[in-house]
Parts: sequence; structure tokens; C-alpha cells
Amino acid sequence: MNTAFIVISLMNGISYGLLLFMLSAGLTLIFSMMGVLNFAHASFYMLGAYFAYSLMGVIGFWPALIIAPLAVGLIGALFERYSLRRVHRFGHVAELLITFGLSYLVLEVVQLLWGRAAVPYALPPALQGTLFTLYDIQFPKSRSFIMLVAVLMLVAVWLLLTRTRIGLIIQAALKNPEMVEALGHNVPRVFMFVFGGGAALAALAGAIAGNTYVTEPSMAAAVGSIIFVVVVVGGMGSLSGAFVASLLIGIVQTFAVALDISVATVLQPLGISVSPQIFGYALLSLTISQMAPILPYLFLVLILIFRPNGLLGTERG
Amino acid sequence: MGFSWSEIERSFWGRAIIWLAFAAGLGIAPLLFRSGIAMTILSQAGYVIIICLSYNILFGQGGMLSFGHAVYTGFGALIAMHAMRMAGDSGGWSVPLPLIPLVGGLAGGFMAVLFGYVTTKKSGITFAMITLGLGELVAAMSLMFPGFFGGEAGVKADRVYGEPLFGFDFGPQIQVYYLIAIYCVVCTALMYAFTCTPLGRLLNATRDNPERVEFIGYSTQRVRYLAFIVSGFFAGIGGGLAAINFEIINAGDSLSIAQSGSFLLFTFLGGASFFVGPIIGGIMLVLASVLLSDLTSAWLLYIGLFFVLMVMYVPGGVASLIATNVAVVHSGKASRLIVPYIGLIVASVAALCGLSLLIEMTYHTQFETAKGPVMRFLGATIDTHQSAIWIAAVLYTALVGAFLRFACLRFMSGWEKIQEEMDAAQAIEVRP
Amino acid sequence: MTHALEIKALRKDFGKTSIIRGIDLAVRRGERVAIIGPNGAGKSTLFNLVSGRITPTSGEVFLNDSRIDGLRPYDIYRRGLARSFQITNVFANLSAFENLRCGTLWSLGYGYSFWRFLSDMRDANERAEVILEQIGLSRKRDVAASSLTYAEQRALEIGLTIAGGQDVILLDEPTAGMSRTETERFVELIRKVTEGKTLLTVEHDMSVVFGLADRIAVIVYGEVIAFDTPEAVRADARVQEAYLGSPLAMTSAGH
Repeated sequence: MNTAFIVISLMNGISYGLLLFMLSAGLTLIFSMMGVLNFAHASFYMLGAYFAYSLMGVIGFWPALIIAPLAVGLIGALFERYSLRRVHRFGHVAELLITFGLSYLVLEVVQLLWGRAAVPYALPPALQGTLFTLYDIQFPKSRSFIMLVAVLMLVAVWLLLTRTRIGLIIQAALKNPEMVEALGHNVPRVFMFVFGGGAALAALAGAIAGNTYVTEPSMAAAVGSIIFVVVVVGGMGSLSGAFVASLLIGIVQTFAVALDISVATVLQPLGISVSPQIFGYALLSLTISQMAPILPYLFLVLILIFRPNGLLGTERG
Repeated sequence: MGFSWSEIERSFWGRAIIWLAFAAGLGIAPLLFRSGIAMTILSQAGYVIIICLSYNILFGQGGMLSFGHAVYTGFGALIAMHAMRMAGDSGGWSVPLPLIPLVGGLAGGFMAVLFGYVTTKKSGITFAMITLGLGELVAAMSLMFPGFFGGEAGVKADRVYGEPLFGFDFGPQIQVYYLIAIYCVVCTALMYAFTCTPLGRLLNATRDNPERVEFIGYSTQRVRYLAFIVSGFFAGIGGGLAAINFEIINAGDSLSIAQSGSFLLFTFLGGASFFVGPIIGGIMLVLASVLLSDLTSAWLLYIGLFFVLMVMYVPGGVASLIATNVAVVHSGKASRLIVPYIGLIVASVAALCGLSLLIEMTYHTQFETAKGPVMRFLGATIDTHQSAIWIAAVLYTALVGAFLRFACLRFMSGWEKIQEEMDAAQAIEVRP
Repeated sequence: MTHALEIKALRKDFGKTSIIRGIDLAVRRGERVAIIGPNGAGKSTLFNLVSGRITPTSGEVFLNDSRIDGLRPYDIYRRGLARSFQITNVFANLSAFENLRCGTLWSLGYGYSFWRFLSDMRDANERAEVILEQIGLSRKRDVAASSLTYAEQRALEIGLTIAGGQDVILLDEPTAGMSRTETERFVELIRKVTEGKTLLTVEHDMSVVFGLADRIAVIVYGEVIAFDTPEAVRADARVQEAYLGSPLAMTSAGH
């Protein structure tokens, strides 16, 4: 293991982690404000990728990067207005169920319109190629673009929440919706705005991740469960917790994928050879890279046992 | 009031008759429906009912929205399959086939003991997320250990082994069906009995108001944990029966989140607040996955649409739909709803035709291009290359959509008025 | 064993603000104690601390001479203390009868059993019926709690609190939001169902306080400023001064 590998993996991990945060930020905001766990959040991410892909052919990549999230945000807002708000009176479980149903529908509609295979959503020329090469390992421009957009988005959201009137209303509505309502603000409309905004952020993440990774119908499910893990690990409703958890999971998973080490290979230099006859061979010969897909969930279990309220969560109720 | 369902349900003989009718129905069903596909549906329905009922112990009775129920059914099925395989290999210890589902049940229960400890620490939305995470964990693990989980090929076993019991070797499907049917009746009865025990009632109390439960002497965590184990046990039995029925299990599918999601979806559609709801839901699940999937390749889309509409308009599921309509009929006000009902049904069917025409045409052009532009829809031949037909379909759908909205509003106003009148009548009845 | 409930130097801080600032209170067995004080004095917080809803920052609570502070609510309940809530807190989808029967289960030793039918538990059923009768809800036996009227729900709240037969009862504003006639009926009910028990009640209605209590504890800003018989408390200058800042309010309410 050399320095170049560590640096590049770290950068890849941060870029993936920031992407996760773009998703989990919206999810957390919606959750802490409306108490709604938006099961369809990753579906908006997927829609963002597909919309950007389709729009790119018509208006080019850069305009598509702006129009696609706006369109998805509009869909999100309309969904909140005509569907979610209706089931609000049936309670949080019904709200979760309706977003679960939406995720189901979006998946089917995406397959219906774009097919079951991956679509050729390519990087624009400006983002192709490598940004820099360290020894012989390359860092692609697209990954750095994800980092750039994520950071810009973070700053923009932070400014919006802390420096604008609507941001202050949102913050107040987070803590005390009845009071904000009583002060004459249209809280349902604020909710609609936040829900649509969260959807748009997810779609933006999808639009920039879709061509760095792969745009396919399973992309929502692939990231959906991870962002739930992020939200629980970070502490339900904690934005800073979600940030820490996103980076942590992003980095851990990126490193894990690159490590072909197992208990067996560690024992080898010590003179202990693990052969297929030994009990538990399947477990001992498992490499860390093979374990990568389950690491976030293992992490979740450990956090729940040792820190039930998450990394930065506070006791609720 | 005279005749009412609740009275029948409460009296001893009323209950006995319902249970006998349920058992008898399962017993004579294969004589009434003799086709091969009917046998497939009946066998699957038998254990899917058990699974949906076990899911509802969590969801309907305990307010625990689990996204990981397939873990317990899947493990039940896997362990049952391995037990069958070991029994088939001569020399190993051998469990008689009729007891294999219990092996599955113990496996499901064991997993619930293990995972329930972590999941039931939390309730509500957090619980839902944790079950999802654990579901993903198990699904991902199934790919890591192909030896145990069977990998892509799945785990296979032969259900015919050992000496025949009372002349049954469980080779023919009909014998398997009756084994499933017996388990279905017994498990349904046991799960019903569970709802009448202290733990069953405290589970309802924990769903309604967890905080207060702690102030009447009970730990809600313990209540949820125990119920979780009971649920996992029955889920495992359902899985074990599935293993016997199919003789092959693909862990990747059986443990998947999609599988868990379908248990949730259909239990909800059946009606989580009624004991019979999951039975209805289980039957719907099997009918949809066997018949509807044969009818249209877009079946998941229709199910999704149906689900979203039900969450929005009938959150109590099909069972509540039946119960409220029965109540309206008893109140003698049903005649006022006949015309709105006809309007609603005609409009719904017309709208469904338009929408499904659009969906099927899109599906055809997307996935069945090899078959040429011509498709068949409700007996008609349609050329999907003609743009006129697309325009006509869109216009028609928009038109009947507007008609449906009108019919809906009309129906709802009539319906709500009747509900108000019935509420008022009930209030007077209770008063001295 | 002279005291049913003894509170020693109890404190609760939320961040930098102290809500309960060192309370000492000893309640004798079988005594009826009313806790009064202005809004925000910390009366409900005191109940929440004693019943285990929140954990104290420091101090000790003894129930029948065994220490209970820091225990979980169900542990405290099992040691003999039950409480009601200011905002009705019952099982909305269960019938009035089922609510009460749930309340009896732990005390009758049924635990978490799932191998016995509720319908066979004669003692639990009888006790639930008796309480149903006592709180005047026999007619509404099978009506879901959420469909009961406000006063009926308040009665059910009390019923659920006493169902287990605990001998120390905490009632948090039992008559809140009731009309005068309802309140009078309700005080009778409380007196009847808590016969022979140790009772602590938070109350705003002074007629209730002076009608029901053997002793009155006055809490102001998280401290007990007086704890004595109604007559002595009424005469206490500090109480007159602190409570609403007006001696007039108390005397007029008391008559």
C-alpha cells in the first residue's frame, strides 16, 4: 500500500461521500421538518440522471444539468401537494407508505420509458479524462466535478438557510411548525418547497453521478438503502451527523473495495495456512473487498448497539 | 340490530362455524378448481397467507413497519431446504417431511431472536430503516457465501425421501397442497389465538401508545421483541412450506428487499387493521404474481398504482372496504349509493382501459419491438406505429379521467353523508 | 416505614436552566397531597422525575423506603407507583374495557404470557369490570377510547392509573379542562377510587385542592416553599406573597 493509493482512494471516498451527503441532506431536512421518511428520495436521484440523459441530447449537458433538477423538483413538489399532503392525516406510517409506493412507481415508469438496461449517459468532453495522476494512479475529472458541485450546493443551501427570509422560516418551521403557522406563514407551502427542493438536490446528485457511475434502473435501490443507513448512523434529523456519516461510509467503502485482504492472507505470513478443509473457510477467506457491500449495514448494527441515537443524534422525546 | 358480524364473531358457535368453514374451504378447494394453475395458486396461497399474517403481527398489530420480513421467511426456507437435503442423504439425521416447516419456523424464530434484539430497540420510522438495513445486510451476505446460500443456482432438494407416512410420500402436488392447507389452518388459528393473549393485547397497546405501556408495568422493547420472535417463527414456517412446494430456493430472490416489500404491500392492500386482511392480501399477492403477471408484463406498474391509490383513499385496505360497505348495507342506506356506485365503477373501468392501453402500447414499443408494431389489446388489433392511435388514446384517457374525477366527487359526497348519519345514529344508540 | 414516598434534594437541569432546584418532600402512607404552584413552577416535571419519565440530575427518590430514582417507568410501576397524565394518554384503538384490562395485567402476574387467553383470566376481567363501573363507563364498555367524550377519556385515564392497584398514585391535573359540575363529580370519583391509597395530585382548581387534600405542597420556581395543612398553607405569608402575587386570588378561590 503506498501513499498514492491512499491519497487517490481518499479522494474517491470523499467524492462518493459528498455525493451521499447531497442525498442524505435533503432526506434529513425533509425528515426533521415534516417527520416524513421519504422512501422515494433515491428515486428522485434516479429521475435526475435519466432526465439529464434525455435532455442532454436536446439541449446539451450544461443546460440539462440545471433543467433536470428543476423538473424533478417540480415533480417532487406536485407529489407533496397532491399526494403526500392528503395522507398526512393518516400519520407517519401512511406517509412512508405513499413514498414507498412512489418509489415502486418511479422504478416501473423508468423501465417503461427508458428500458431495463443501462442508458449510455456519457460525460461531456469537458469532464472526460483525468484531472491529475499521482505516480501511476489517475484521478478522473468527473469525480472532482462531483466534489465541486457538492461543495457549491452545500454552501448554497447553507446560505439559503441562514441568510434568507425563506431560510429563516424553514429553520423556524423545523423547530416549531404551529408557531410559524400562527405567525401567518403558509407552513404547508414551506413543506412543499422543502420537499421539492430536496427532490431537486437529489436529482442534481443523480445528474452528476449518472455519467460518472452508471445510469440504470437499479441505481435508486443501490444508493437508497445506503442513505437510510447514513441518516440513522448520523443521528435521525441531524444534518451535521449526516455529513460525518456520509464521508465515513463513503471513505470506508471506497477503501474496502480496493483491499484484497482476508483473514487467511493475514495468517499466511505467520505460517498458518488456511485450507478449504478448515471449518469456517468461507468466512476466513473472505476478502475485505468482498465484504464491502455489507460494511455500511454492519456499521449500522454496531452504531445501534453502542450509540443508539447515532453519531451526533440527540435523545428525542 | 339483529344480525351483525361482530356478534357472530364473539359467540363461541359463531367462531367455530367460521373456522370450520375456513378449513372446509381449503379442503374442498382442489376439488372445485382442478386445473394445474389452480393447484399452483392454491398451494402458494396457503403459505403466503401464513407469511402475510405473520407480517401483520408486526405491522397491523404492533405498528412495526418492517422492510425486512423476507429475512425470516427466506431463512426458514433455506434451513428447511438444507434439512431436506440432509434427510435425503442417507446416513444423516432425518426429519420427516411433515415436520420440515417446523424446522423452517425454528430457523425464522432464531433469526428473529438474533436480529430482533437490535431492531426492536427502536420503534416507528427508525425501526423501519433498521429492518431495511438488516434486510440489505442479509441480502448482500447471500452473495458472499454461495456454499450456504446456493449462489446463482440456488439450493435444491428432493421432498420425496424416507419411508412414506401413512402412504403419503409427498411426491404429488395434491399431497403437498394438503400439507400446506393443514399448516395454514393451524397457523392461522394459532396467530388468531395470539391476538387474544396478554402479549397480543399489549402489542396493540404498544402500537397505540408506547409511552403509556411503560407506565402500566411493561417494557415496550420487550413486548416488541417477543412479538418479533413470534412473527419470525411463523414467517419461517411459511418459508419452510415454500421450500417444500418449490424444491428449489434462490436466496438472492427470497431474501431480497423486493420480496419484503411485496409482503408489506399486499398485507397493507388486504387490510392491516383486520385479522382477515392479510389473508385477503396473501390471496391477492398470489393471484397477482401468477395470473396478472401472465396477463401483462407491466403488472408491477398496475400493482404500484393500485397501492398508491389505496394508501391515499382506502388506508384500511380491502378488508376495511368490505367492512364499511357491509355496515352501510346494514344501515339500510345502501340504496342511495347504487347510482353513484355504478357511475364510479363505469368511470373506473373506462379510465383503466384508457390508461392500460397507453401503458401497454408503451410497453410494446419499448420491449416487444421484435414482434413488430402490431399488438393486441382487449381483443382489438392495434398498430403502435400510427400516431393517430396514440393521440386518440391520450385524448380518451384524459376525457374519462375527468369523468372519473366527477364520479368520484359525487360518490364521496354521498358516502361521507351516510357515514355522518351512521355516526350520529350510533351516538344516540349508546346514550341512555 | 413511615413514608410512602420520600424525595430528597431532587434537582433537574435542562442545559443551564434548573427546573427543579432541590426539592425535599416526604409523603406519609395513606395521605392525600395536592401540589400547587404557578405555571412553569415545575409541578409536572416533578411528577415526571418521580415516575421515571425523565431522569433527575441529582437527588434521591424513595418509594416505600427503596430507591427508585433513575429506574425505568415500568420498574417504578412494578414497585407500586402509578401515574396519570395531564394530556389524556390512553390506548386509542382499544375499547374502554380493554384499556382497563391491560392496566391490570402486570399486577395480577400475567407478565408477557402468550399461552393463556385473556378471556380465561377471571380476576383481570372482574377487576376491569369493577373499575369500569366505578368510573361510570360501563355503558361504554366496548367503545374505542378515541370515540369517548373528553370527560369520559379523563375518567378512563384515572381508571387506567388505578387498575393495577398500586398504592401510590400520582394524578397530573385530573380535572383539567372540565366544567364545574364535571369537576365536582370527578373529585368524588377520585376520592372514591383512591380510598386507602397515597395520593399526590397536581391541581389548578383551588376548590379541588382544598376539598381533597390532607396537606398541600406549594412549589414556586422549582422549590417547595410550603408544605402543610390547607389551613396553614392558606395562612402562610410566603405563599400569599408568591402565589400569583395576590393573597386575594387564593382566598376567593378557596371559598
